[in-house]
Amino acid sequence: MIVPLEHILILAGLLFFLGLGGLLAWRANLIMMLVCIEVMLNAVMLIFVAGSTRWGNADGQIFAVFIMALTSAEVSLALAMVVYLHRRKRTVNTDAFSEMKG
Amino acid sequence: MEQIIFYILAATAVIATILAITEKHPVHAILFLVTSLFSMATIFYLLMAPLVAVFEVIIYAGAIMVLFLFVIMMLDLGHPEKGLSPHWKEWLPAVILSGVSIAALVVVIVSRHAAGAVPAAMPTIREVAVSLFREHGLAVELISLQLLFALVGALYLGRQQIDTKSLPPFQGEGRGGDGVDLSMRHGLETHPHPSPPPEGEGTINGKISP
Repeated sequence: MIVPLEHILILAGLLFFLGLGGLLAWRANLIMMLVCIEVMLNAVMLIFVAGSTRWGNADGQIFAVFIMALTSAEVSLALAMVVYLHRRKRTVNTDAFSEMKG
Repeated sequence: MEQIIFYILAATAVIATILAITEKHPVHAILFLVTSLFSMATIFYLLMAPLVAVFEVIIYAGAIMVLFLFVIMMLDLGHPEKGLSPHWKEWLPAVILSGVSIAALVVVIVSRHAAGAVPAAMPTIREVAVSLFREHGLAVELISLQLLFALVGALYLGRQQIDTKSLPPFQGEGRGGDGVDLSMRHGLETHPHPSPPPEGEGTINGKISP
């Protein structure tokens, strides 16, 4: 380890909570919500890789690769849904899609 | 030396992420996020995980971010003046929640007993690959199935609904139905053509008739 594990954990926590705060603040825009979810998943990947380096185990890197595949599947589906919703109402504002509101 | 590079890259990643989530223009936000992802990839390389670093650059910064850019440009979403950016009142609870969470995390991590550094032998790429395909083969199959489902779902969601009733009637471009154009067409029809030209070719007739 070139730096202590705690510093990497603090960096990952900073990135994760930045993504969380951005997700809460940008809750009207679908694209920016997806971008903030990307930031959060990236921070989780950093924790996996740091654990892999700390304990010399390959499983952390493998799970980071799995997270990457999961993210690509999630992003492709979510962006297809964004295109579909934009075709329906010509907007990506989440407040416009409130048909199920009681 | 590596410590200094790590802290510089960490600062770059955090600043680029802050700029990305506070940027009002979606394309600029994606580009700031690409900067953050590149510095994260270099951090992965410093952490002796070159496979993850390369995949981060290729898949994250290369494929996913370009997919975002593609969708933003296809749907023409790069207009920050449309009022989708959050007001400062919407930033307030997010900033409070993030600040409290980060402070709690830092307190927990700093007060934790620092474990002694274990001189661990880092797995090489060959060992990672062997472990991936021997011990986690089922997970690889599940991930590939998930990617296939995502592909089918994206195709289903993205297909065009061809509804002939809702389509506007086809009109030839450049013809307003004025008398001059009609007279040109009538003049052309006296020409010994085998059949009158269809409706959509009015501009071609208008160009070649004088």
